[in-house]
Amino acid sequence: MAHLVIPPIRRLLTRWGIHPDARKHPAAGLDIVDAGLPPLLVLPLAQQAGAPARPIVRIGDHVLRGQCVAEAAGPISAPVHASTSGTVIAIGEAPMPHASGLPGLAITVRPDGEDRWIERAGEPYPIRLAPEEIARRVAEAGVVGMGGAAFPAAVKLALGQRSVIDTVILNGSECEPYLSCDDRLMRENAADIIEGARLIMRATGARRVLAGIEDNKPEAIDAMKVAAHPYPEVAVVRIPSRYPMGAERQLIYTLLGVEPPAGGRAADVGVVVHNVGTAAAVWRALRHGEPLIERVVTVAGGALAAPRNVRARIGTPLYWLIERAGGLTREPARMVVGGPMMGVAVSDLDTPIGKGASGVLALTSAEVGEREPSACIRCGSCVTACPVGLMPLEMANRIHAGELGQAEDIGLRDCLTCGACGYVCPSRIPLVQYFAHARGELASRERERHRLDHVRELTEARAERVEREAREKAEAHAKRKAERAAAQAKEAAAKARDEEISA
Amino acid sequence: MNSPVQASPHALTQRTSGRIMALVMVALLPATLAGFWQFGWPAFCLWLVTVASCVLAEALCLQWAGKPVAPVLADGSAALTGWLLAMSLPPWAPWWLGVLGGAFSIVLAKQVFGGMGCNVFNPAMVGRTVLLVSFPVQMTQWVSPALIAQGTDLAQAVSIGLHGVATDAMTSASLLGHVKTELGRGIDLAGAMVAFAPDQAYTGARPGSLGETSALAIVAGGLFLVFKRVIGLRIPIGYIAGLCLPAAIAHAAAPDAFMPAGAHLLSGGALLCAFFIATDYVTSPSAPFGQWIYAVGAGLLTWLIRTWGGYPEGVAFAILLMNAATPLLDLWARPRIFGRRVGGKPLAARRVQEPLR
Repeated sequence: MAHLVIPPIRRLLTRWGIHPDARKHPAAGLDIVDAGLPPLLVLPLAQQAGAPARPIVRIGDHVLRGQCVAEAAGPISAPVHASTSGTVIAIGEAPMPHASGLPGLAITVRPDGEDRWIERAGEPYPIRLAPEEIARRVAEAGVVGMGGAAFPAAVKLALGQRSVIDTVILNGSECEPYLSCDDRLMRENAADIIEGARLIMRATGARRVLAGIEDNKPEAIDAMKVAAHPYPEVAVVRIPSRYPMGAERQLIYTLLGVEPPAGGRAADVGVVVHNVGTAAAVWRALRHGEPLIERVVTVAGGALAAPRNVRARIGTPLYWLIERAGGLTREPARMVVGGPMMGVAVSDLDTPIGKGASGVLALTSAEVGEREPSACIRCGSCVTACPVGLMPLEMANRIHAGELGQAEDIGLRDCLTCGACGYVCPSRIPLVQYFAHARGELASRERERHRLDHVRELTEARAERVEREAREKAEAHAKRKAERAAAQAKEAAAKARDEEISA
Repeated sequence: MNSPVQASPHALTQRTSGRIMALVMVALLPATLAGFWQFGWPAFCLWLVTVASCVLAEALCLQWAGKPVAPVLADGSAALTGWLLAMSLPPWAPWWLGVLGGAFSIVLAKQVFGGMGCNVFNPAMVGRTVLLVSFPVQMTQWVSPALIAQGTDLAQAVSIGLHGVATDAMTSASLLGHVKTELGRGIDLAGAMVAFAPDQAYTGARPGSLGETSALAIVAGGLFLVFKRVIGLRIPIGYIAGLCLPAAIAHAAAPDAFMPAGAHLLSGGALLCAFFIATDYVTSPSAPFGQWIYAVGAGLLTWLIRTWGGYPEGVAFAILLMNAATPLLDLWARPRIFGRRVGGKPLAARRVQEPLR
């Protein structure tokens, strides 16, 4: 029986976050359809948080669907798999959905149309596998967090070996406007998600699973409750709709009433949070041996003819997805990969989607709300909206004045860059941009400081070495001199003795 | 399509600064119309002149500073400053008083500090204070109800606007001024307060500033703002509590020497201040705890100044004093950051206390 845990009234009354227009329809009401096979698939190497993957194929190689084309480079990284069978035609720079707007490395595959799978090693009862084995296979399948941050899932699974985890939280909040990919996935594949969550529970050693779903998705809640019914350790919890409910710490607080300490991790309070899409991917990876090569993407926005959710292969370019959603009815003011609150604006429609891309949005200027920034009227809307309790207007003021250190003192590091402040700002001040800039600047100063420290250490070491060598040389010289003098004295003495004897 | 890199979020609320100002103006309408109704054409003309003077002063300053004029004027903040200033002026004051006050408000209190959002002190209250200190006679000439009852017309309004009210015989004192004078003369409070009738205060049929006399109209506008979420309830409640609690305690202790809380609340600019002036975004703290301190402090100062100060009315001084504390309150009374203690240290990692199944 799936137990309903009602959070205490205190948690419902705390005021943080915002209620943006959800705009989830019509996409949320339509089935997921397959996006099909585009003429070219561009597989980004840096689609996960951490180190970019290292290519292990060469141009001209033939690859199969599900074949590993790039391996994980380091402990926090994930391999990349070909999402169809075909030929590797390029390994190089391609447009990327990145906040900087800079291109990134990618492997381009031309599909051969056969879509032939590599040999898959499925497991009929994966729950019987050892925790380490589950984590290993998840890592091999290249599963990353599918809510947007794309943190390698296996790293979080291995947390159970280092700290005691008692609760797995499934993040089905999907608080960003427009997005409904998790909603559709929960309605259509709830069983996969619940099975995946049980595998995560097994891998981390947790004792229960809480699936938090916002109350604006009643169908998803019902479907998940039905799927969770056989398992007493899995509970589906209805939580209030509010942005950013899907932020890890805010979700933990809403469900459990504990605040993870600042600067720490969710594991510090015995919790690990995974997106519902990640849980489904974990299940597919273990049960069917399928690596993460496709995901559900919401293609929506006012500039599209027929917004809907599609199951797209990783590496599908945006223009292909837009065509699947009926094409553009007008020129969009902004193309966004991800949600409207935290997504990344892209300008090139050849940009491919990665594992963390939950949405592709073609937004009109009315939806984006383009207007010129005006002076801050200190209305305090951003203070009320901030889910962390920061004062965005004060931080932005200090950053504007170049006082990055002061901004840090009043909480810059605790900012989630969720964009709630920017959304409510009546003066349209680009608050998030201020914070992103300040953090980048502080990080580069930190690096510079480290570099200077390193150089200074080297210089000091060298000076010390030179001094020591000089001292040693001088000592050796003095020693030799003394020895020579002693030898001469000895010789002289011997000579004198000889003379004495001879005399 | 996209030219430069655009930062998130890619969605935006519909509420703009201009829309907020418009809502405040809508909320001011009942009290203003009540003032026009009661005080007639001279009040309307004075209001018009004061608003126009503020807008003109703002335009000239922006022009002089080489900043864009039209978009800044369009948000309506200068007009709102003028409106609030007019609300606090004697309804039959000569026009030059409104013009001067408007110019002081905009130039001295706002543009000199850097314009919109940069001013430390509430512009309307700076204007009012400058006028009160410089022209105490004109600023305390309240039209007597007997005179109003004769009715007004536009020609008379122009004459009053240009030349002022002719004689002192035509004016009467407001409750606060009257009580102050009477107590100063050694007459006890009950004697001084004979004329005070609360029902007059609700509808506004009493001597007082242009927009401060009708308590019901002010509160209706204020509640509209709260309902529209333009202002929170913290500052109005804090201000009223800061004013009424000490007043009630003092009145209970010595009924002959201290006015009752109700009289304090309903007279002068207290209610207008609680809902419209203390809640000014720019000059009030933006964090909840700071707002409480600010509001209670302003209410308390109002009572202190009214009771022991040299002036019968203390709202403007109290607000200006607390305005000065606002930057400090914003720095010291910040909200607790999620996952941290009030001081800023990270919380201890606490385990889930709920029973595990």
